[in-house]
Amino acid sequence: MPIKREDDFEKRREHLKSLSDEELKKRFWDLADEIVKPLAHLAYTHTSPSIERSVLLRMGFSSIEAKEIVNKVEELNLLPKGAGNVVYRLSKKKDIGIREAGLLLADGKCMDEALCLFSGGENNGA
Amino acid sequence: MELNENKKIDVEEVLKDLEHYKPKRKGWHWREEQGEMRYGEFEYKQVSKPLKKSCPLPASKSFDYIDPQPDCVITTEIASGRFEDDIRRMRMAAWHGADHIMVIRTAGQSHFDGLLEGTPEGTGGVPITRKEIRATRKALDMIEEEVGRPLNFHSYVSGVAGPEIAVMFAEEGVNGAHQDPQYNVLYRNINMARSFVDAAEAKKIMASVDMLQIDGAHNANATAMKGYKVMPELMVQHAINCAFSRAVGMKKEYIALSTVPPTAPPAPCMRLDLPYAVALRDLFKDYKMRAQMNTKYIESCEREATVTHVLNILISRLTSADIQSTITPDEGRNVPWHYNSIHAINTAKQALVGMDGLLDMVELKKEGYLPEKVRELKERAVLFMEEILEVGGYFKAVEMGFFVDSGMYPERNGDGIVRDINGGVGADTIVERDKDYMAPVCEHFGYNNLPHDIKKPCDLIHGCTLCDRDKIIYIDELDESDNVNNRLEETEKFRKTSEVKPEVEWAGDGIVSVTIFLPIDERTAEFTAIEIGKKMGLEDVAVIHKQVMHPSEGTLVEIKGKVPFTVDTSKLIIPKKVEPLSDEEIRKSIDENPMRIVAATVGEDEHSVGLREILDIKHGGIERYGIKCHCLGTSVPVEKLVDAAIELNADAILASTIITHNDIHIKNMKKLNDLCIEKGIRDKVTLICGGTQVTDEIAKAQGLDAGFGRGSRGSDVASFLVKKRNDKGRR
Repeated sequence: MPIKREDDFEKRREHLKSLSDEELKKRFWDLADEIVKPLAHLAYTHTSPSIERSVLLRMGFSSIEAKEIVNKVEELNLLPKGAGNVVYRLSKKKDIGIREAGLLLADGKCMDEALCLFSGGENNGA
Repeated sequence: MELNENKKIDVEEVLKDLEHYKPKRKGWHWREEQGEMRYGEFEYKQVSKPLKKSCPLPASKSFDYIDPQPDCVITTEIASGRFEDDIRRMRMAAWHGADHIMVIRTAGQSHFDGLLEGTPEGTGGVPITRKEIRATRKALDMIEEEVGRPLNFHSYVSGVAGPEIAVMFAEEGVNGAHQDPQYNVLYRNINMARSFVDAAEAKKIMASVDMLQIDGAHNANATAMKGYKVMPELMVQHAINCAFSRAVGMKKEYIALSTVPPTAPPAPCMRLDLPYAVALRDLFKDYKMRAQMNTKYIESCEREATVTHVLNILISRLTSADIQSTITPDEGRNVPWHYNSIHAINTAKQALVGMDGLLDMVELKKEGYLPEKVRELKERAVLFMEEILEVGGYFKAVEMGFFVDSGMYPERNGDGIVRDINGGVGADTIVERDKDYMAPVCEHFGYNNLPHDIKKPCDLIHGCTLCDRDKIIYIDELDESDNVNNRLEETEKFRKTSEVKPEVEWAGDGIVSVTIFLPIDERTAEFTAIEIGKKMGLEDVAVIHKQVMHPSEGTLVEIKGKVPFTVDTSKLIIPKKVEPLSDEEIRKSIDENPMRIVAATVGEDEHSVGLREILDIKHGGIERYGIKCHCLGTSVPVEKLVDAAIELNADAILASTIITHNDIHIKNMKKLNDLCIEKGIRDKVTLICGGTQVTDEIAKAQGLDAGFGRGSRGSDVASFLVKKRNDKGRR
C-alpha cells in the first residue's frame, strides 16, 4: 500500500550528514547497482515471447512468421528451450534449411517432431 | 538520388526500390569540430562545424548571414501520423539546424505484441514499421548529404515488443532510441518482470550498433501532480536505468539521461531547476545529458512557452547539454505544426548561440543556497534508494507506490503509481530458460547454451541478419486501403501540379490560423472569433488560443480553420524580381555621368536609421558609388523636399517614411508625386520612397517610380536609379 508520511528528511539524513560529496556519490551508485542486480539476473535467466521473436527475426524470418513460430513453440511449452533453438534443431533433424524448418512450424506442421527434439525440462540453474 | 534545393523532395522516388535499400551508416553521431571557431567577424566558444546549406536566423541579415551551429546536437520531434509528410518537415528542420530527428510512435503501439508492418496512418505519432523506418532513413540519408551533417534518426524501443523493435532499428540504421523499462512499468502498465527481461535484450542489441539510449525519467516530471516535487525520484529513475543498462553491457557514453528542468514561471524556476540540474550533472558525470524543454506547464500561449524554453536553455548553458531537445511552442494547442517545429529549433539555436561562452564570464556559486540545495537533493535521492532496498527491492517499491508520488521524498502523499508484479500487460509471459536453452544469433543477452566450437553464435545458422543483411525479410504492405500509396494518390495534385493549399501538418490539409483581437470579454470573444472565422469562409473553425487582455477591454483569440479552395500558382501574376546591377556597372555609370539626389524623412517622422543605411557610405549606401546625396534630415515637409530637388537640379528624390498611422505614408507618397507634377519636374526626376511598411506596389500605386521595403539595401536603390536613368535616356 502507498505510504503517507510527513517530510522527515532531517531525521533520516543523520547517517549521510558526515559523508563527503564523493562518498555520497559512491553510495548513490552502490545503491543503484544493488537495486538492479536482481533485475539483471532475472533478465539473464529468463526469456519472453518478444525476445524469442527477436531471435527469429535475426535468423531471417519476417515479423509475421516469427509471431506464428513463437505461438507454436508456446503451444508446445518449448519456450524455455528457445524458439530459435527449436527451429535450429528441427532443421538439423530433418536436414532442411533454417527457413524451411521455421515455416513448417509456423504452419503447425512437425509439431510432434519438434516436441521430441528435447528431453526433460531441467532449468539452467544460472 | 541527390537533392536539389530548388526542388521538393520526391516522396515517390524515396519509396521506390525500398526493398533493397541499405542505410548509409549506423551509430550515433555527435557534432564535429566542437569548441572554438570563427563565424563571420565573431569568435565563438561553443560551436561546431558549419553546415553546407542552412537557413540562418532572421537577424543574421545584419551579420553577413552567418549561421553558427552550437556544439550540442539539437533535437526535433516530428510525428504527424503520416511519415511521407514528416519527411518534408525533417528536411526543413535539418536546414534550420536539427540533427536529431525523433519520431513519436502512434498511440497504442507499445501494447502491440509484435512488429507492425506497412504504412498505416497513425494517431498522435507514426506507426513504427520497417517500411516507414527504411523510407525515412533513406530520405534522411539524402538530406544529411544536402546539409552536410549526419542526421541522427530516433524512435522508441519500448512496449511489449522492445527486443523486436531493437533488432529492426539495428538493422535499419536508427541511431538513437528511448529505452527505459521503468517507462513501460509506470506509464504503460506493462508487467514489471516482462519489462526488465525484455529491456536487457533490447539494450544489448542497441549497444551492438552504438545506438544512443535515452531514458524515460522526464515523464515523471510531466506526470506528477507537482513536477518540481519529484526531483529526488527523477535521479533515482535515471540511476536505475543507467545501472541496469551498464549491467547488461551498454557503455556509459551511449547512455543519455532525459532530463528536463521541472518547473516554469510564475514559479521561481531557476531557484528550483538549477540546483537539480547541477546535482544531476555531478552524479551522472560520465553519462550524456539530453536536456529536454519543459512540457508540463505549456499552455496555449506560444510566447509563454518560448520564454520557458529559453530559461531551460539558460540552464543548459549554465551546466551542460550534449543534446538540446526542443518542444514546439504550439504543443499546448494541437499536434505540432510544420513551422512551429522550426520555431522550436530556432529557439534552441538562437538561445544557445546567444549564450555562447557564458561560463567564461559568470560562474555558479560554490557556497550558499545552490550547493546546499544540490547536496540536499542528492541526499534525498540516496535515501529513496535506501528505502527501495529496505522494502525488498525495485518490484516491491513499485507495488508500494514509491514512484510518481506528489511528495518531495521522503515526504509521501500516498498518490504514487502502484503496479502489481503479477499484473499489467504481458503478465505471466516470461519463462525461465532451461539448461539446454539456446539462441543461435548475435547480440543475444543472457544465458545461452551454445556449442563451444563456434566463433560466434550465428555460425550455427551461417549468419544472422545483423551480420548478413540480405537475410532480412522485408514486408511492403499488409493493408490494401490504409497505406502510403493511397494517401499519396489523394494528395498527388499538390505535388504534381501548380495547385497549392495551405498546410500545417499534412499535404493539402488546408489549415490556416488567424490572430484576432476583440475589444470584448473572453467568452463573448471566443464565440465571436469563431463566427469571424466562418464569415471568412473557413471550415471547421476552432479556437486554439485565447488570452484576456483585460476582463472587459479586450481578448486575444487565435483560431484555426480550413480553406476550402486551392490556388493555381500558374495563373498568378507575380511581378518579376528585378536583378540588381553589379557594383561595377553602377560605379561605371556614375563615373561617366554623375548623379545627384535629395533625400529626407518626410512628414512628422523622426526616423532616420533606414534612410541613413540607404545613403551612408559607411553602411554600404548609395554614396559609395559616387552618387551625391543631399539629406535634408527628418520631419521634412514634402514641399521643402521638392523645392530642394529643383534648386539642386537633382536626378531623384528619396523619401523615407516609417510612420503609417492613418496611412500617412501613402498620403505623403501621393503628395510627393502630385507636387512634382504641379511644379513641372515629374518627367525629369525619379521618385523613390522607402520604409518598413512600403512596398513597390504601394509606391507605384501613388505614382512614384519605386518603393523599397524592409530588407532593401543601398545597392538595390543605386541599381534602380541607374537603370531608370538608362531607360529615360533610351526614351
